[in-house]
Amino acid sequence: MGDFLSQFGELFATYDVPGAFWVNIQLTFWAAIFSLVLGTVLALMRISPIASLQWAGTSYVNILRNTPLTVIMTFLFLAVWTQLQITLSDDFAQNFFRFGVIGLTVYHAAFVCEAIRSGVNTVPLGQAEAARAIGLSFLPAARLIILPQAFRGAIAPLGNTLIALLKNSTVVVAVSVSTEASTLMREMIESNANFIYAIFILFALGFAVLVIPVGLLTTYLSNRLAVRR
Amino acid sequence: MSTQKSVLFDAPGPRARRRIALGNVVGALVVLGVAALVVAELARKGQFAASLWEPIFTSAAWQYYFIPGLQNTLRAAGYAVVGAVLFGLIFGSGRLARSGAVRWVSSVVVEFFRAVPVLLMMIFFWLLLGFNQVPEPAFLAVVIALILYNGSVIAELVRSGVGNLPKGQSEAGLAVGLTGGQVLRSIQLPQALIAMLPALVSQLVVVLKDTALGQIIAYPELLRAAQTFGNGNSNNLQTLAVAAVIFIVINWALTAVAQWLSRYLSGRTSGTTAAGPGIGNPTVAAGTGGPGGPGNAIAATGDASAT
Amino acid sequence: MRTRHAGAATLAALTALTLAACGGGEVGGGGGEETGGADGGETIKIGIKFDQPGLGYQDGSEYTGFDTDVARYVAEKLGFSEDQIEWVEAPSANRETMLQTGQVDMIFATYSITDERKEQVAFAGPYFIAGQDLLVAEDNTDITGPDDLEGKNLCSVTGSTSAQRIKDEYAEGVQLVERPGYAECVTALTAGQVDAVTTDDIILAGLAAQDANKGKVKVVGNPFSEENYGVGLPQDNDRCEDINAAITSMIEDGAWEEAVTSNTEGTGYTPNADLNPPTTDACA
Repeated sequence: MGDFLSQFGELFATYDVPGAFWVNIQLTFWAAIFSLVLGTVLALMRISPIASLQWAGTSYVNILRNTPLTVIMTFLFLAVWTQLQITLSDDFAQNFFRFGVIGLTVYHAAFVCEAIRSGVNTVPLGQAEAARAIGLSFLPAARLIILPQAFRGAIAPLGNTLIALLKNSTVVVAVSVSTEASTLMREMIESNANFIYAIFILFALGFAVLVIPVGLLTTYLSNRLAVRR
Repeated sequence: MSTQKSVLFDAPGPRARRRIALGNVVGALVVLGVAALVVAELARKGQFAASLWEPIFTSAAWQYYFIPGLQNTLRAAGYAVVGAVLFGLIFGSGRLARSGAVRWVSSVVVEFFRAVPVLLMMIFFWLLLGFNQVPEPAFLAVVIALILYNGSVIAELVRSGVGNLPKGQSEAGLAVGLTGGQVLRSIQLPQALIAMLPALVSQLVVVLKDTALGQIIAYPELLRAAQTFGNGNSNNLQTLAVAAVIFIVINWALTAVAQWLSRYLSGRTSGTTAAGPGIGNPTVAAGTGGPGGPGNAIAATGDASAT
Repeated sequence: MRTRHAGAATLAALTALTLAACGGGEVGGGGGEETGGADGGETIKIGIKFDQPGLGYQDGSEYTGFDTDVARYVAEKLGFSEDQIEWVEAPSANRETMLQTGQVDMIFATYSITDERKEQVAFAGPYFIAGQDLLVAEDNTDITGPDDLEGKNLCSVTGSTSAQRIKDEYAEGVQLVERPGYAECVTALTAGQVDAVTTDDIILAGLAAQDANKGKVKVVGNPFSEENYGVGLPQDNDRCEDINAAITSMIEDGAWEEAVTSNTEGTGYTPNADLNPPTTDACA
């Protein structure tokens, strides 16, 4: 057992496991910010009185939500980067990292949009009526009355989306980001097959350690910030 | 949509109607403008050339690539769904068991597999089965990983489905002399299962989408088949677009079924029927006794997809 | 009661989906069973690559490439006609397993003979000696060997050691991108997004000979390693000598030469003449 531990420790020293997780965290960080912005814009479009914007928002959500993330990532690499020759940076690592963030953003924005819309649904009719009664038009009413309450109501589904985003950040391997955790796990197992269980448990626990606090925080916040009615 | 409109805006008067009409035109122009820009850029790069599209509309493309690929996708998804439902029923009931040890073990299993990325599990099982010389390691890895993850999500659906039933249901069962296990089996689970059907169909969308991860471990599903074909004909953009459309149509149809079921079944069970959000993990906030009680999160996200 | 109907309908739909899905698809063409057994004769299962044009490639229902040509010749000498061959896909990572578990009788799949592999499987041959080389754009003149890759963009296949070798031994400042298959690397090369693709020269020549790539890419022709392609066999086999005899006769009667030329036509590629055609090693 001691022997196993020392060998495993050696393995841990050879490969930069925290570095790989750090790549996933960075991907998640940027994609979370961008998809929150894009998702909010989409949600506004979908709840606006303007039919053309509603239609555009709904189409975006229905298309992106039903496309596998792996397809989006592969499309970015093979169609956008290779076939259309659109390059985001001369540095390969940067280039594919940015494509990874884009892929994660466009996919999760659809879910952020739906999460916010579900939050809007938790706002009672009276709130909007009161906003109109004091003379607010659509955008001020949305900004001052509806959205602040909607975000609070949307915390639980937004948290779910963030967790999904963190786990889905491993899929960037399909757009050739080769420094993230799932790729490193594969490399480590392929060259150290006798430690396959230990290596898998290590990476799985790494994700559990990242995911579970987000889940707990989400639950805590959604209970604490929920508008009591 | 109609109920939502009434939440946010009053019935518009003549001025507001004019403004909305104007906004509608401007919005349409912006949307069409963006679309036109994309189309123009694609045309400038010659992406509408017939030579890039023709290979896709030959019988060989469908006979040897798209249809076998789709078959493999459906095959993996089919096994995974059946397995995941069984897994979910076992561990979902486990989390409701009287025995503390059973509850604890079920909770650890469910929480663990919900926290681990599906791709990580797929790669692990693929290598493990490969090393142990099991035939078809890629197919099995896809199925096993999808069962473990989606089974855990379904276990949570079962738990919150039972939790969402009115307390009177179990009390009535206990009052007529049934044991806890009998109440669960003959009163709570049947109603919870009906209630969770829409969410279950939504989960099918998640399963179907995640089979595409098999591409990364060389399982010849639809995406990989399309990629192989696209590389051979140097028309990846066009081929992948077709593959994406196939996925979108199937998933869109499943989502529509889920929403229909959700409407159809509400009122036919004392549980809450709601379609899931189609991204997995729909139950983070469930079970800790939040304001809406367990299952709050499902109900909340469910509304979102019920347009 | 209506509730029950809806539930039953959904279950029925799920079952239908599962049933419909039971027969798996074979991407890229018909499987082995369809080709064999038509005349009731004995068949031989040969493992090849399905995705390497010029070596082992499934083109609809046809199998083409140098590996398949050698395999056909050898099979014929062993007494199996073309329709008694069952072609099976043998991906790199699965080759030892497939031989040990009897999923294939022999493997012709750019299978390098190494001491490590000899512990698990037996080899006949070699029937070709390849070397790691570079594939570049047709009009590229500044890349003549691995040392010129400093600061350039290089594509290789995930899990292959060839790209890492260049980074470690020749050009530290090379930018690497890894893809699951060579075809994607070549697509990136013809699109100008990478400067070179690296792997064994004959694999590169096969890629260059594809219709879609003809005239756009070329093999540099400066191999910097030695890979002996052998015929993979289970360790307890009685065919090794016969296969070696078949390979020797293929080289002698000119069929070998013809197979090399026809599969690399139009690329200007010639195998390393110092080492090819090879002489087969003695069977263990």
